[in-house]
Amino acid sequence: MGNPPDQKAPDGGDPQGALKKTPLHGLQVELGGKMVPFAGYEMAVNFPLGILGEHKHTRAVAGLFDVSHMGQLRLHGAGRAAALESLLPADIAGLAPGAMRYSQLTNDRGGIIDDLIVTNAGDCLLLVVNGANKAADLAHIEAALPAGITVEHRSGDALLALQGPGAAAVMARLAPGAENLLFMTAMAINIGGVDCYVSRAGYTGEDGFEIAMPGTRAEELARLLLAAEAVEPIGLGARDSLRLEAGLCLHGHDIDATTTPVEAGLNWSIQKRRRDEGGFPGDAVIQAQLRDGPARKRVGVLPEGRAPAREGAAILDSAGAAIGAITSGGFGPSFGGPLAMGYVAAPHAGQGTPLGLVVRGRTLPAQVAKMPFVPARYHRG
Amino acid sequence: MSEIYYTEDHEWIEVEGDIGTCGISEFAQEQLGDIVYVELPEPGTEVSQSDEVAVVESVKAASEIYAPVSGEITESNEELVDDPARINADAMGDGWFFKIRLSDPKELDDLLDKATYEALTAGQH
Repeated sequence: MGNPPDQKAPDGGDPQGALKKTPLHGLQVELGGKMVPFAGYEMAVNFPLGILGEHKHTRAVAGLFDVSHMGQLRLHGAGRAAALESLLPADIAGLAPGAMRYSQLTNDRGGIIDDLIVTNAGDCLLLVVNGANKAADLAHIEAALPAGITVEHRSGDALLALQGPGAAAVMARLAPGAENLLFMTAMAINIGGVDCYVSRAGYTGEDGFEIAMPGTRAEELARLLLAAEAVEPIGLGARDSLRLEAGLCLHGHDIDATTTPVEAGLNWSIQKRRRDEGGFPGDAVIQAQLRDGPARKRVGVLPEGRAPAREGAAILDSAGAAIGAITSGGFGPSFGGPLAMGYVAAPHAGQGTPLGLVVRGRTLPAQVAKMPFVPARYHRG
Repeated sequence: MSEIYYTEDHEWIEVEGDIGTCGISEFAQEQLGDIVYVELPEPGTEVSQSDEVAVVESVKAASEIYAPVSGEITESNEELVDDPARINADAMGDGWFFKIRLSDPKELDDLLDKATYEALTAGQH
């Protein structure tokens, strides 16, 4: 048998350096987590329930994810919204207190250095960035900030995600009031004696919450949430299959420094004022793509048979010419079959367009499909 | 009386006469996790020892399965195509992949016996 999956870092691992541990490392091991390197951390890829079971449990009831490897930054100082707008194409000045927005740190070519969530916490802006990129993001942001604006890396904080249709009932019991949050809003709230910052957001396509807290209290809070009968611990494997079914991008795979938000189909995250005014890195490139359309587009891809197509598989048009590549692909446990996403030349991006996928030297039939692959169930009120 | 051999790549072969039944080890199925797809060789195919003959995919990743010995594929376990989870449930039994008519039984000398294979994987859980 070739290619044993455990002997390579699934993503962003650093084989040289010592792996870091999140505040929940001990609990993950205690719960039977199968530990692997990820984004410089040793984290559980799955628990005894297994990836399929964890995935389905999250969609059916509720799952608890340790996402403490992600970077939590706070931006302080007067004029912080304008300063952050100089680094990304979202409208931050117009973000009401308690509201949050998905955006991308862009480079001068309009490429995506990282994607992130920005929350207006009232007295500061909260940024949640990818774990594998957090050191680079911090340096990039610090270098660009004007005098009087500071960025604080909350490296001691933990981040938990409680996701699934049963999440709101668990929160209503443990953190009354949190269940009233709408999708992409946030509030400070005490849970079991721990001061937390809770948002209605996630990376699964389900309703759910993300809970930030001091790392010293994370295990206590995780145990409290896991004590609810509905809640199972979920590892990185199901996190990836859930986000893929939800059509959500993974930085370093579906988006990177060479892909723009427009090519990635993230136009919805660039609000009108920013489209008109620009004023972010790569604005000319992105404005031109918004006006004329990009040369390539990220699309959902549905293989016709049972064989999954993985990252890197070439995408062909119906005549057999190469038109792009798969950037994420696998098996969707809730969808019940293989699914993927990737970039194709724009003329081939229409739903239903027949494609070929080159898998192990053979061309398998596929077509462009609508994303998400399973319906999103965000709580919009 | 049949005998079972293993490869360092986690395939097993149980030999009875000149026919070997092949699959992946209990250790391998555990490492792979939930298996969602298999590709099996066509009966009649001639293969050489260590050729890629099958593919198994879990939710996590794809892995190639190598022929433990040379010979002709005589049968594939078609039940796995519709129910690949059989491999997780019974890797050494119902989860067999294919049968092969050995063309050079001396190749079995290259393989590991049960005790050696178990010693090899013991520290890797």
